[in-house]
Amino acid sequence: MSNVFAAVLAGGMGTRMGNPDKPKQFWDLAGKPVIVHTVEKFCLVSDFAKVIVPVPETWVNQTRDVMARYLPAFTGKIDVIAGGEDRNGSIMNAIAHIEQLGALDDDTLIVTHDAVRPFVSYRIIKENIEAARSTGACDTVIPATDTIVHSVDGQVIASIPPRAEHYQGQTPQSFNALMLRELFEALPEGERAVLTDACGICVKAGRPVALVTGDVANMKLTYTADMRIARAMMEDGEADA
Amino acid sequence: MLNRVYRLVAPRTVEPVETHVEIAADSVVVRPTHLSICNADQRYYQGRRAASVMAQKLPMALIHEGIGEVVYDASGKFKPGQRVVMVPNAPVETDPYIAENYLRSSRFCGSGFDGFMQELCVLPPERVLPLPEGLDSNVAAFTELVSVIVHAVSRFEATAHDWRETIGVWGDGNVGYLISLILRAEYPNARIVVVGRNNYKLADFTFANETYLSSDLPAGLLIDHAFECCGGEGSAHAIQQIIDVIRPEGTIALLGVTENPVPIDTRMALEKGLRLIGSSRSGRVDFERTLALYGQHPAIPKYLESLVSCVVSVGEVRDITAAFEADARKPMGKTIMEWNV
Repeated sequence: MSNVFAAVLAGGMGTRMGNPDKPKQFWDLAGKPVIVHTVEKFCLVSDFAKVIVPVPETWVNQTRDVMARYLPAFTGKIDVIAGGEDRNGSIMNAIAHIEQLGALDDDTLIVTHDAVRPFVSYRIIKENIEAARSTGACDTVIPATDTIVHSVDGQVIASIPPRAEHYQGQTPQSFNALMLRELFEALPEGERAVLTDACGICVKAGRPVALVTGDVANMKLTYTADMRIARAMMEDGEADA
Repeated sequence: MLNRVYRLVAPRTVEPVETHVEIAADSVVVRPTHLSICNADQRYYQGRRAASVMAQKLPMALIHEGIGEVVYDASGKFKPGQRVVMVPNAPVETDPYIAENYLRSSRFCGSGFDGFMQELCVLPPERVLPLPEGLDSNVAAFTELVSVIVHAVSRFEATAHDWRETIGVWGDGNVGYLISLILRAEYPNARIVVVGRNNYKLADFTFANETYLSSDLPAGLLIDHAFECCGGEGSAHAIQQIIDVIRPEGTIALLGVTENPVPIDTRMALEKGLRLIGSSRSGRVDFERTLALYGQHPAIPKYLESLVSCVVSVGEVRDITAAFEADARKPMGKTIMEWNV
């Protein structure tokens, strides 16, 4: 078994979407739930031994049903598991799952990605694997286009940092799995809740995190309006197929 | 599968669009790695096709010459990571007399249907051929072009009489170079005569027996058969010269593409009993013969390396534009895009 794993993070109840009962990763795009498109792209990258999908426990069965219906060719490659309390908890559950599979060793890589970024490209995924292998951790970013304004009190500007040095974080974020778990477990309880970004955990520990060039199209479907943008990015007539 | 396709929407304007493609039960999914620009792509890119053609075909992803790596194969015929060449012609029927590349129902990537400028290409397994190990990727990228040449040679062989002592090739561009090279390999004892308009290009036809400027043909030149590889405005003059110097019952293979109709001296074509055969594109069988030729004559891919004039690393849309602009400026040779978008 290859020692590269994907974790498509589908946590969050998606209450910001129009339908409060349906997590946004199950929203329809081109006739399929968003999460199906995202998982399918990872399944097509042969480096991955498994594509792990941690979801809220109440959605495990539904997610398995959805994967079996839309991606029957990949049922052996997709493992739907119960996620954690938060994002990092879900990543830790995914690493624990790799351990249960007997595939966790010093070289194991985990590529984590938001289920609600279905437009992730093959290039971005491949470059994540390469960067995580060479550097130990990487983050997918695009150059900041708007000016970044730094304020401490939310009332007045503290500084305007040079834009050329600032990027917007996307996903995937990829790691040496054992390193990430060790750093996470070494965090005091209080900091675990604050350090929601896994790359932030590495940076805080002084570990290098490489940059992978993302893509504006690799957008996160957060608000209802984002779905309209996603449909506009698609070929005429295909978004609602 | 969501798949980003890079389409020409107007002259010199390429835009990405997300498409949704179903992966069929026997589909092969290929990640393009090296794409080669053809003059036909350039005509679309620069808007040199008729306005009605542009309006009918665009938006469309260009490029029909390319190789890639298999990322997924439901048919089980290929391994992930295997290097393959993609066949752009996609027939939807078979015919006992009409080859797949002449069937009007066939689809052709990069002309009416999306070409290979895509994040991933989903193809039926019969449109994918494994590449031999050791073949240079930049050379392999234009295997399609060479297969078109090999197809023309195969048609010539099926049509022309067997007296093939002197074969003339009109045209000193890529197509003329390739025809001469393939003829040299397949007919080592024939006298290959190349006629062109540029001495500096003809100088590179080192394997030809003789090269001449079209303005300075030697008196008394006689050929058994000819390949016309000029196209465009040069076609009429080339065909006239060929009809003048070809022996009776000879065969003229026409490969040059023209936008406008070309006048032909039919009186002499009739008097000499000439055969004129059209030749365009290629099919799977021609790709197979091409790759076999590379194996039998290792010198061919070595010669072809000299045709690679420009290699452009493509990481974003503006690199595509840069590659096409660079290709438009070169006098000869092939521009290869290392595809990493």
